[in-house]
Amino acid sequence: MPTLGSWGRYPRYPQTAHPVAWPFEAEGALSRARSHGAETTLGYGCGRSYGDSCLAESDHVIAMAGMDRVIEADWRTGVVLVQAGMTLNGLIRLALPHGWFLPVTPGTKFVTLGGAVANDVHGKNHHVMGTFGRHVRRIMLYRSDTGVCECSPSINQELFRATVGGLGLTGIVLAVEVQLRAVRSSDIEQTSIKFGNLDEFFALSAQYDSKFEYTVSWVDCLAGGTSAGRGHYIGGNHAAEGELRVAGGNAKRMPVDPPFSLVNPLTLKLFNTLYYQRQQRKVIDTRVSYDPFFYPLDKLLQWNRIYGKAGFQQYQCVIPPDAGRDAVAAILFETARNGAGSFLAVLKQCADIKSPGLLSFPKAGVSLALDFAQHDALNTRLFARLDAVVHEAGGRLYPAKDAHMSAHHFQAAYPAWAQLESLRDPLLMSRFWRRVTS
Amino acid sequence: MKKKNVLIIGASSGIAEAVARRYAAQGSSFVLVARNEAKLAVIASDLVARGAADVQTLIWEGCDLASLPALANSAWDALGTVDLALIAHGTLPDQMRAQVDLAYAMEQFRTNGESAVACMLALAGHFEVQGHGVLAVIGSVAGDRGRGSNYVYGAAKAAVDAFASGLRAQLFKKGVHVLTIKPGFVATPMTAELDLPAALTAAPDRVAADIEKAVDSRRNVLYTPWFWGWIMQVIRFLPTAIFKRSML
Repeated sequence: MPTLGSWGRYPRYPQTAHPVAWPFEAEGALSRARSHGAETTLGYGCGRSYGDSCLAESDHVIAMAGMDRVIEADWRTGVVLVQAGMTLNGLIRLALPHGWFLPVTPGTKFVTLGGAVANDVHGKNHHVMGTFGRHVRRIMLYRSDTGVCECSPSINQELFRATVGGLGLTGIVLAVEVQLRAVRSSDIEQTSIKFGNLDEFFALSAQYDSKFEYTVSWVDCLAGGTSAGRGHYIGGNHAAEGELRVAGGNAKRMPVDPPFSLVNPLTLKLFNTLYYQRQQRKVIDTRVSYDPFFYPLDKLLQWNRIYGKAGFQQYQCVIPPDAGRDAVAAILFETARNGAGSFLAVLKQCADIKSPGLLSFPKAGVSLALDFAQHDALNTRLFARLDAVVHEAGGRLYPAKDAHMSAHHFQAAYPAWAQLESLRDPLLMSRFWRRVTS
Repeated sequence: MKKKNVLIIGASSGIAEAVARRYAAQGSSFVLVARNEAKLAVIASDLVARGAADVQTLIWEGCDLASLPALANSAWDALGTVDLALIAHGTLPDQMRAQVDLAYAMEQFRTNGESAVACMLALAGHFEVQGHGVLAVIGSVAGDRGRGSNYVYGAAKAAVDAFASGLRAQLFKKGVHVLTIKPGFVATPMTAELDLPAALTAAPDRVAADIEKAVDSRRNVLYTPWFWGWIMQVIRFLPTAIFKRSML
């Protein structure tokens, strides 16, 4: 049987897949996993969680990608009920020709709807639309103790709040109903503004975030001194009119695992510098398709392989507004000092828009994401310092990206975890959840 | 893209569903035939959301050959004309069990061989009268040469292959085209429990895209993905003295 893993390929625990192709097969898949000696299991979508939140403690997962059908679609209202294994890509391809787009999208379209709910994903428009869970109208779950059940903001509210951002622990998500957002074009009007340091970033953000539905910044995390935190601020809005064209699938595939990480101090310095200098002018306005705007990394399928077999970790935190500037500066300083550096660092201001999810990651403040090639000693030492900064600043880490946070930090950052634990399906358990709750 | 009237027998198979999605996006009308009513309902609503003009479903057991003429009549009644009929039902037998369990082996042989042949026969008359359209049947690369690891399935698919070849010659004169589809490894529910080599295993949509193209261009025999044509060429020409010692 083929085995599955997580996107960062660290920690490495190959997962045996028990596929589900039809909604009524969930129960059978659970018992099949049990017949292999797995006392607990976990729903698995595309495996785009970076760390161990998509890995079952038993290493037996219920693979949901075959459940990718539409149950009901109303193209007049933009309300769609789809099976949980459908990817965001699949949904865009269906909905865009009808003038509908995802209300919220993360940086890859290769995640399932079930995964989007389980991680309550957010995107470049968090400051306007909040998290994905805010646009979910109802969820169908299979629970080992109660069978198939429905939850929504008005039915089984507690279960709904626990399931949104619930890391797949409250049941196998079978179907999700989403309110899509209307668009009149598949293009985005994009503005890219170069900034020379962190203070300029915060100034730009304060000035422009209200003008753009989508904002994100790429930061050269290796630049030091007065250039520390330099980068590009990218803002975008849906074009007011134009064609509704689904992007073609001309992606390349990373064909092999290189014998060592292609991301190393040498290539990092080069890449970050080139990336920063690529834009000569201060401000550039362009019109681009939604695909390169939202999903630049999807162009290289399996890009996670560039880190070699050892894999990598992403460090993503959100820091409350008051402490944001200094904490980000401290994190970038520590990173640059260790020469560990990230391929690209991503900065984004999140707004105070409440998610229904108990364990939703985003909150008001600045979010920073950094990728690190996996080196045991380096990451342990560096992450301990970064964790201390985040914890002290009242921030938190993103479970979907995490492979290291301590139970202490997790429980302090997500006080509602005990509520989720009380609503967890007793037959579901991830490696992440075991790690941070025991 | 032209809307088509499409009849699919074995509509809940992974390949059939992927093919149906492609035709649904063009606004086609469907009659879907399968054994499991719940699966048919799930697929039907999906195809409607994907743009199908109309989807009707019929429940049918693959071993129920007697009701095939009536089934064909209802399909033509529902659709008027059939531009594409796809015969896609099948199972993947457990070869080890088939070697020791006669009843099981024959049941598997019938499902994959006899039943598909009967379907072709039942539809052929309608196509002949209609004078156009494509009758496509899913064979397998396994039918090209009986291999020790999979010869109950292989023999049944070989029967389908030979029958389709003859029927092609018959119907060609009436303006009807017969397409034999020979997929290699495809990642579908049928093969979900197998340990298939990832590099040789295709997604159902890749295979469906090939099928759509082959229907349009009136291909006779389609190996999908294409490299299976070459692989099977080698396997067919291996001398028996070597072949029988192999683990293929």
